[in-house]
Amino acid sequence: MNWLAFISIICAAVTVSAGAIGPALAEGRAVAAAMDAIARQPESASTISRTLFVGLAMIETMAIYCLVIALLLLFANPLLK
Amino acid sequence: MISPLASTPLFHIGPAPVTEAVVATWAIMAVLVIGSAAITRRLSLTASKTQAVCELIVDTVDGQIRDTMQLEPGPYRAFIGTVFAFIFVANWSSLVPGVQPPTARLETDAALALLVFIAIIWFGIRAGGVRGYLATFATPSIVMVPLNIIEAVTRTFSLFVRLFGNVMSGVFVVGIVLSLAGLLVPIPLMALDLLIGAVQAYIFAILAMVFISSAIAAPKSSQRTAP
Repeated sequence: MNWLAFISIICAAVTVSAGAIGPALAEGRAVAAAMDAIARQPESASTISRTLFVGLAMIETMAIYCLVIALLLLFANPLLK
Repeated sequence: MISPLASTPLFHIGPAPVTEAVVATWAIMAVLVIGSAAITRRLSLTASKTQAVCELIVDTVDGQIRDTMQLEPGPYRAFIGTVFAFIFVANWSSLVPGVQPPTARLETDAALALLVFIAIIWFGIRAGGVRGYLATFATPSIVMVPLNIIEAVTRTFSLFVRLFGNVMSGVFVVGIVLSLAGLLVPIPLMALDLLIGAVQAYIFAILAMVFISSAIAAPKSSQRTAP
């Protein structure tokens, strides 16, 4: 098996796993903070949840970037052509 | 396995290749345009059921614009509403058997993000003039000009990679699970996919609003005097 392909596959797996851990922790903290805020001030729940959704999407983008990099490594690797 | 980044042309019109995503985009555009035209053809003061639902949608979009941008929704309703409606219908078009959402292709998302990029400049110049729009790059201070210019490009980039990644990963995961486990197993994942599609359409619209209002609101804040 080609060494470059071997390393690319391992790199893709490492990219996705590392890219999933960080955003998962961050999203957990963000949701916990939002829950706390809603419990304290239920009347501002709509504003908080809207901001939370946008923030979660921002955090999730980091994981998606890692996924895109992994897919680039697997499907569009310039070194393997 | 077919690469999610590549797209194969179905047929050619002159030199331009036409892919499956483009045909799906045309179909969605036709559905949206003809549907809107048919519904708004006969508007009455005593609303029918369809008209009431449409008024509810427009009202919700207006409310979101008012909440997020702190501005009257009039000039922005058309753009934000159309972008939201298109992405929403495109993400949920995977419900139709055999249709792949056009937003799961990089080109469609890039085109949408380019529209937002142009709209930011358009609304910024219309609100504050060319000078006023350029002044927004110098907020909060003149030192930030290079960073703000870089940000204008990178946020557009992240806008389309976000949409592409979310929708494409949904389609991709459903495909993988279908090939591994078989029929009916990916249904929960497809339900999650629909939720993600709706949330991503909402987020795309919200981010477009935030970016547009950041290009508009800055001149007012620079006029604010220190207490």
